[in-house]
Amino acid sequence: MDYFEELSKDYRFKEGFHTCINCGTCTAVCPAAEFYKYDPRKIVSIVQTKDNDAIEALLKSDTIWYCGECMSCVTRCPRKNGAGLVIMALRNLSIKLGFFTESEKGRQVYPLTKALNGNVLNLGYCVHPSTFAFEDHPESGPVFKWVLEHKEDVYARLGANFAKEGPGALRKIPREDLDELKAIYDVTGGTERLELVEKYSRAKADEMSMTEEEYLKYTFNHCSAGHFNNE
Amino acid sequence: MIYQGKQKIWSDYQKEIPDDHWFYVRSCIRQSFFPASEAHFVKIVRDLLGRDLYETPHHTTCGGIAYHSDTIPQETAMTIVARQFALMKEAGYKNLVTSCITSFGNYTEILETWREFPELETRIRELLWKACRREFDKPEYVAHASDLVYKLRGEIAEKAKYRLVNHATGEPLRIVEHIGCHYSKMFPHKGVGGAEYPCVLSGMAESWGGTVIDYPERRHCCGFGFRQYLVKANRGYSVSNTHKKFESMEPYNPDVIITNCPGCPYFLDRWQYVISEQTGKTYGRDGFGIPVLTYEELAGLVLGYDPWDLGLQIHQVAVEPLLDKMGIEYDPSAKYLGLNKEDILKPGLPSVMKCF
Repeated sequence: MDYFEELSKDYRFKEGFHTCINCGTCTAVCPAAEFYKYDPRKIVSIVQTKDNDAIEALLKSDTIWYCGECMSCVTRCPRKNGAGLVIMALRNLSIKLGFFTESEKGRQVYPLTKALNGNVLNLGYCVHPSTFAFEDHPESGPVFKWVLEHKEDVYARLGANFAKEGPGALRKIPREDLDELKAIYDVTGGTERLELVEKYSRAKADEMSMTEEEYLKYTFNHCSAGHFNNE
Repeated sequence: MIYQGKQKIWSDYQKEIPDDHWFYVRSCIRQSFFPASEAHFVKIVRDLLGRDLYETPHHTTCGGIAYHSDTIPQETAMTIVARQFALMKEAGYKNLVTSCITSFGNYTEILETWREFPELETRIRELLWKACRREFDKPEYVAHASDLVYKLRGEIAEKAKYRLVNHATGEPLRIVEHIGCHYSKMFPHKGVGGAEYPCVLSGMAESWGGTVIDYPERRHCCGFGFRQYLVKANRGYSVSNTHKKFESMEPYNPDVIITNCPGCPYFLDRWQYVISEQTGKTYGRDGFGIPVLTYEELAGLVLGYDPWDLGLQIHQVAVEPLLDKMGIEYDPSAKYLGLNKEDILKPGLPSVMKCF
């Protein structure tokens, strides 16, 4: 497969990849490059060579998963490139080809896919208090532990319409609307994407001698040494 | 000649924000962490200032967080948004206002991509019809909810009960503003003032009596980074970026931070708590943190709404030092009461950062 040709079909790539002059402005302003061993200039430079082996190595690496998609690079590039958009296209291809399971940061696609799309399809929200577990979010602090323990009371006090019908914050999204979201996933490749991530992740879990549950927890929690600049 | 050139550049970054008739779509994060902010946006815009703001219970997430966490294809994200546009058309509205910066960036990116690649818009129309039997019109205008508050800042100032002024000294409060990356970094001409001189929040702060602090890392990301926060193993990225901002703003002694994006106030608030627990350091005076507010909370305080109705009790950083500086009257004993003043216990306290 010609990876550059595949990338070129992605509209993010069409928008974000023009001739790169290798000035490094994107890396200078990048919040990820500040802390991770990450250099968006090098990534765009590698893609620009069209070297298939080098692009495949990128697709299987941790490197493409360090970006936070803040798009600070888009504002500053003198040639109107968007390294963040190139990253989105690389990640998309890495998932489609199953290469994402080859790196620690890539394997995190599994817990992300399960959590976010579970919320979208079951609740109609990307993030929702009913699936926000304090054990997974100790940084939310004692105040949010209290909020979660008293959800109905606190959200009612603050003017939300928590889990009830009608308009308002945190309203229950009607079943027919959730059915429409599912239908959208079905016709646009969303459902196929979820199944693909599941398939490749289960195969990787088997390879790592883990159950699906163990793999989910491990990929969500584990951070090996060596990702950061100061390590 | 140079002055005219600057005027020309500035005029490119001004937005002619419509005055009325808005189709309102909510934010997943703001609803979860700052629900009273959305309640007060509606209260201020619709009830106090008399604008037409319509919400349908049938709208959903825009899918932006799932999209920027790379878990759904671009066509899925686009079709979810196309459905929101269809709901707007069915309700008879042409101006869309969203409560979320990720959504604002998402809507803007999609409309710009369709403008450049019309064949993609055609395909999304087909997909939406196939999935939902709905048709859409593109909005004539897409605003972030803060754009509307910016537009109405003068009317809010006229009705203000309090000003952003230290009532003991008469000095303007020192304000850090944080506009959030997806407001104008991708499409600078879509944000008030662009990416370079954004004034959506500074315009509010100055209209209500405050003075805005410029500091080196003013435009740096809060550290959300989607997957970099959502996955526990990656949160070093998130807290490190917030830490960089706080170290940069600390010498300027801010009284308050105001934010545009619903995620940023959560991170700038909670990572202060984590930094204090990890290192013992706090960034406010006398062991407190620096209060971090949404723009709705700030507008609400200025208008004299009760701080606990505004939801300031579910911030981890204590807001009382700010309330005291502004001379706001409040009942400390009512902070954690439930609906109808019911006792629903109190949260625990941080071990380092002062909180009540």
